[in-house]
Amino acid sequence: MDGAPRQQEGKPRAMTTLMRPDSAEQVGDAVQTAIVESRRLDVAAGGSKAGWGRPAETDTRLDLSALSGSVLYEPDELVLTAKPATPLAEIEALLKESRQHLAFEPPDLGPLLDGGGERRSNVGGTLGGAVFCNLAGPRRIKVGAARDHILGFHAVSGRGERFKAGGRVVKNVTGFDLSKLIAGSFGTLAAVTELTVRALPAPEETRTVVLFGLSDADGVRTMTIALTSACDISGAAHLPAGVTLTSKVPGLASAGCSATLLRLDGTITSVAARVLHLSRLLLKLGPPTVLNTHDSVAAWRDIRDASFFVAHPEHQVWRLSVPPSASAEVVAQILDRRPGHAFYDWGGGLIWLALQPSTDAGEAMVRGAVGITGGHATLLRAAPEVRAQVPVFQPQPPPLAALTRRIKEAFDPHRVLNPGRLYAGV
Amino acid sequence: MQMPKPDASVLVRRMEIAEALRAIVPGEGVIDQPDELRVHESDALTAYRQPPMLVVLPESTDQVSEILAYCHAEGIKVVPRGSGTSLSGGALPLADGILLGLGKFNRILDIDYENRCVTVQPGVPNLAISTAVGHRGFYYAPDPSSQIACSIGGNVAENAGGVHCLKYGLTTNNVLGVELVLIDGSVVRLGGKHLDSEAYDLLGVITGSEGLLGVVTEVTVRIIRRPETARAILVGFPTVQSAGACVAAVIGAGIIPAGMEMMDAAAMRAAEDYAHAGYPLDAQALLIVELDGPEAEVDDLIVRLEDIARGSGADSVQVSRNEEERLRFWAGRKAAFPAVGRISPDYLCMDGTIPRHRLPDVLTHIQELERQHGLRCANVFHAGDGNLHPLILYDAAAPGELEKAEAFGADILRECVRVGGVLTGEHGVGVEKRDLMGEMFSEEDLKQQQRLKCAFDPESLLNPGKVYPTLHRCAELGRIHVHRGELRFPDIPRF
Repeated sequence: MDGAPRQQEGKPRAMTTLMRPDSAEQVGDAVQTAIVESRRLDVAAGGSKAGWGRPAETDTRLDLSALSGSVLYEPDELVLTAKPATPLAEIEALLKESRQHLAFEPPDLGPLLDGGGERRSNVGGTLGGAVFCNLAGPRRIKVGAARDHILGFHAVSGRGERFKAGGRVVKNVTGFDLSKLIAGSFGTLAAVTELTVRALPAPEETRTVVLFGLSDADGVRTMTIALTSACDISGAAHLPAGVTLTSKVPGLASAGCSATLLRLDGTITSVAARVLHLSRLLLKLGPPTVLNTHDSVAAWRDIRDASFFVAHPEHQVWRLSVPPSASAEVVAQILDRRPGHAFYDWGGGLIWLALQPSTDAGEAMVRGAVGITGGHATLLRAAPEVRAQVPVFQPQPPPLAALTRRIKEAFDPHRVLNPGRLYAGV
Repeated sequence: MQMPKPDASVLVRRMEIAEALRAIVPGEGVIDQPDELRVHESDALTAYRQPPMLVVLPESTDQVSEILAYCHAEGIKVVPRGSGTSLSGGALPLADGILLGLGKFNRILDIDYENRCVTVQPGVPNLAISTAVGHRGFYYAPDPSSQIACSIGGNVAENAGGVHCLKYGLTTNNVLGVELVLIDGSVVRLGGKHLDSEAYDLLGVITGSEGLLGVVTEVTVRIIRRPETARAILVGFPTVQSAGACVAAVIGAGIIPAGMEMMDAAAMRAAEDYAHAGYPLDAQALLIVELDGPEAEVDDLIVRLEDIARGSGADSVQVSRNEEERLRFWAGRKAAFPAVGRISPDYLCMDGTIPRHRLPDVLTHIQELERQHGLRCANVFHAGDGNLHPLILYDAAAPGELEKAEAFGADILRECVRVGGVLTGEHGVGVEKRDLMGEMFSEEDLKQQQRLKCAFDPESLLNPGKVYPTLHRCAELGRIHVHRGELRFPDIPRF
């Protein structure tokens, strides 16, 4: 058949059909079938982030969970190729054998999104999920996000055609960089069947310098001082008093006040020298405390996964990306008017916000505050009916919205892949 | 080199188009005199030349927007150009197109130390950013070797690299935002002083798009604190194999150097004759490894590095004792291109990237190709990230030598792809490697990339004839082929 199959209207389907291909060929077949049968596919690798995005307008699940496992790992080449549903835990374990890691520190947002209830998904998310959502942990400020670590991929477009992009080397400008486009596309452009990512040496040692009792504004200023020093900081977070209380790290939970955390990693001698240097630099702001390796790792895992907000599943969670120096002001504007909690990562560049539930999720206030400083806000956790009403992702100005729709059209003209998850009509 | 056939119906309207452009950019902003047009006939890939129909040099985003809207409405092709330092012919003009020069966009607009970023106009040279923030101990990390001249807008278009990108990333990892004018004249902002995009990562797509998707009129880049210290180690090896083994061992030991450069004997001798850097001339391969960062870390790792080098069979190892010595180690490498230019009338610089461990095989293959093509080749290699720059020596005045050099270069790039690498690591596809795209990508892969082009520029007016060997019409690319008879695949597990 040549030409577009006609959309079949008025044929509601129960969301019961499941297609579970176990090869790239079968993913191609599945998408072609969806085109012809006018199905709308909910594309998922592990499904741990199913609650992130607008409620799906789908009737069939394209379950990629059979596409799992690493295909190639060459530590000396700093490269790993794996299928999309490979659990991140499996990848991290494999890399650890060669003292390497995924430097962008992909968070495990499953517990946060599942609202503290029973896990719906395999533990820890998958590589495909991390890429589709362009995840990044605290090390984002130093090494970038998932987008900066994908070297290439194989996929099936919404046209049902298999294609590849990129390669397996870091330095590559051959053709458009579709790897960037796939990162953060929430499965709306193509179903990925294989991903190649960078593996990087894991640090020998990690320590964290903590200052207690700073106001949000002073916490952000302190992070700026540290990040503009030559100390080579790999994590900078500020946890206000209400947040430290819920920390699993005893030294933080018992402090009864805010904590500003600055992470140093590298060789053992280097970390020791920089802990001293940084402590001296910050001395006039208060006596610094140093977390040992164990507590340091635990503290940053909580920050990475926004674990502080797991215990109150009714709270609506926003994730704001803003210019770092404006972050305390943004938080003040919002929390002055709506009860909730916030904490800061990325030196202030990332704000995690948990608000008391409301039908509008405080959208006007949140997006109003971000509108002044520049940046964007995503409603990460809210009931489906709220996410159906409130734009989950930052609304775009008309020329950008039109461009976004044309890009969707270029990859998925029949809107069979995760339709509406990002924006209505995309 | 086949370029799209000039459109006679556009060429006859040349003076009318010049008048229309003068209404947008008054004064001397429109160039139509043949001798002045010839100044713009090529970029740094001087093997290809073509004077443009007209040159326009706007000064504001509004003017760029009006020019593009006019060209869009009138069906006129546009080739954007920064400083014209492209090595792949990315800014090669078209006979029936206007050349949109962004040289007048030369202001630094905002320096924001708190948010560690700088906003500039696209015509600002790469190095000018580091110079502007140097007194506060900051710099802009990507450092292509043309950084004195190349513009930041051109860096965005080509996703420029440099010797330090193994540790600090390419342009794409260091750009936070752009203002972009689309072909219909609409102006959009992507990113800003914050991280990551709110939806599709269009900033990531624009970076490295070689002027095919839009015209960048403002760029925000990340600046970082200059490392406390930097030290380099200079290592001579008896064989290319042992140098390659050393590179793998460094990475295997968990060390990511700030730079790791290799030269073969031919490149090293040319560089030594030119710069007198003190290179070990009896070596068959030379490695320069630089570490930077906190002093304690560099002191720690340089000792390990020395051990690894000796353990890999090095003949000679020198560790820089001071800044002067470090710079001397680099002087030869940085002069490698002009040095090679001195031993040959002309050279073609290739730019493939390969998996690091294939280096000895690829160099052996290049030696074989030297015999086959009857031309010499000197090799400079960003060893840390596998980016190879073979310099093919030829004489443009000798009939047929350019063609022989091109064929040699194409064979090298085919070998790069065959061993799992790519056609270009940092110079771009442009016109130079356009016809080799099929070596790396299938027809389907290329069509999907071109569909993205259609989303930005459906009439293919922006820099046509670059990057993609076949110009497909967007309507043709939009057709979908499914075979109903073969569908409802019984072997898809359904539940």
